[in-house]
Amino acid sequence: MATSNGAVPFWRTRRGQRRLTTIVVLVALCAGAAIILLPFFWMVSTALKPAEQVYLSPPVWVPIPPQFGNAIEVLTRVPFNRYALNTFVIVALVMIGTLFSCSFAAYGFARINAPGRNLIFMLVLATLMLPGAVTLVPTYLMFNSVGWVDTFLPLIVPAFFGNAFSIFLLRQYYLTIPVELEEAAKIDGASHYRIWWSIILPLSKPVLATIAVFTFVGTYNDFFTPLIYLSNEDNYTIAVALSFFQGSPRIGPQMHLLMAAVTMSIIPPLLLFVAAQRYFVRGIVMSGIKG
Amino acid sequence: MTTPPLARETGQTEAPRVPRPARRWNREALHGYVFMSPAILGLLIFTLGPIIASLLLSFTDYNILTDPEWVGLKNYVDMFEERLFWQALRVSAIYSVVSVPLGLGLALGLAILLNHAMRGISVFRSIYYMPTVISGVGVAMLWRWLFNAEFGVINVLLGKVGIEGPAWLLDANWALPALIITSLWGVGGTTLIFLAGLQAIPEELYEAAEIDGAGLWSRFWSVTLPLISNVTFFNLVLGIIGALQVFTDAFVITRGGPNHATLFLSVYLYQHAFQYLNMGYASAIAWFMFFVVMLLTVLVFKSSPLWVYYESGRQEK
Repeated sequence: MATSNGAVPFWRTRRGQRRLTTIVVLVALCAGAAIILLPFFWMVSTALKPAEQVYLSPPVWVPIPPQFGNAIEVLTRVPFNRYALNTFVIVALVMIGTLFSCSFAAYGFARINAPGRNLIFMLVLATLMLPGAVTLVPTYLMFNSVGWVDTFLPLIVPAFFGNAFSIFLLRQYYLTIPVELEEAAKIDGASHYRIWWSIILPLSKPVLATIAVFTFVGTYNDFFTPLIYLSNEDNYTIAVALSFFQGSPRIGPQMHLLMAAVTMSIIPPLLLFVAAQRYFVRGIVMSGIKG
Repeated sequence: MTTPPLARETGQTEAPRVPRPARRWNREALHGYVFMSPAILGLLIFTLGPIIASLLLSFTDYNILTDPEWVGLKNYVDMFEERLFWQALRVSAIYSVVSVPLGLGLALGLAILLNHAMRGISVFRSIYYMPTVISGVGVAMLWRWLFNAEFGVINVLLGKVGIEGPAWLLDANWALPALIITSLWGVGGTTLIFLAGLQAIPEELYEAAEIDGAGLWSRFWSVTLPLISNVTFFNLVLGIIGALQVFTDAFVITRGGPNHATLFLSVYLYQHAFQYLNMGYASAIAWFMFFVVMLLTVLVFKSSPLWVYYESGRQEK
């Protein structure tokens, strides 16, 4: 492979330097990866332990045989399926609302000239910097006064009114779509609504997918909103239910069951991440570009 | 790259410079407003309206059950006299001042490592980003278990190298550091934003610097850092806003304790709004947070010409 003549040792050559850097980078990255992965390992390890092995010192690292029954015990002790169903209903409707409202609004911001458009767009972008706390109390009181507290509506309805980040991403993407594609349709008398639906939407599938995965993860992991709006246990999402597990008499402080529940709860976003990784990466890259 | 191409946009709808009938243009604008309507309504109903309502509420005493009563500045006066408010402010300030710079530094370091061209690098990128995807209550509970004083894996590993770990979440001195460590675990999102910025730096600049005899450090200092500064700026603004709003970790992992050691402003606000139903007082806290975030954002923006490098001719917002 590398030939180093007697005078210059291999590690002083350009190629050797490069090889050396790669080794250093690899070692550092492996160490970091170990730190990232260790909590997951510990979680799964605890989730598969029999109760008597959880609080042992020194700890049991790999429980043999693994207790897959822990997961089943969680499912029978608490209505986990119910929580999962609630969560997925909310996530699905929030995704529909977000994709529809944001792509619709973004078309207006990208394609139609109306007085005040840029001002409105700036205001929408400014909401990105707004701390959620400042709108929290009045929003809660508003939903309370229309009797929506303890329903899914406060979690779902706002999604139908767009969010700054997704509108921004979509608008930027629409601006890169050549207008010529729409000219022909316009000459044929197609309305803006038709152009949006049958030309722009199909062309923006990659961005829509990016927004969809971020919306899924954000809504699925959201804790605060369901915590303040949902009080009946039948309405809990997985996130809220989990937070009550640690104090619940049904699961109590039984760490192996709690970790089994946590493990199950992270499976959906993890699967989505594995399946749709390039969309996550694309979204981050796009969000960084505007900096 | 994303400079608003205003010329093209306006060119597109006003392309034929012949005067059109006014009605036609009005109808076009009307369609525009229809399209923008979700955003406009959202802005009014879920942002502007609540901001104003929140300001008004902060001058009242309101517990939902009885009508709001106008009390002027009383909530603000009470707030500044309340010991726990200062504690909450202190906790949020320490957390932000420590976790934001640490997170930015760590993220930039990792991004530089992840920018190294080698086989299998994308696997590492995925691993580092993974915690961001599954953040939330589950992960918070996991960290509670990791920080367990006696059986948690952190103290077990510390014990292996001969360090007796603190009681972490049970120790008022160590609970906040524990939450900062937790936040650093989720630094992958910031890392990938930095990585995107690094990949946009032209390779020739490094080659030129190398020809001039610049070592690793001076290449980092004079090429990477200036060219990445706009991304740093973006991450800094987002980091400050995020750090002041931390809730899930503080609420799930420590419930604000022990002895208020992790009573973040957001937790303090939650307690007043939804446990004591002090809606007026909670609004005052919210407006204070709003004020602080605005102040910090303006400071960062104003200071940016001093440390953010913009290529000449490149328009930046």
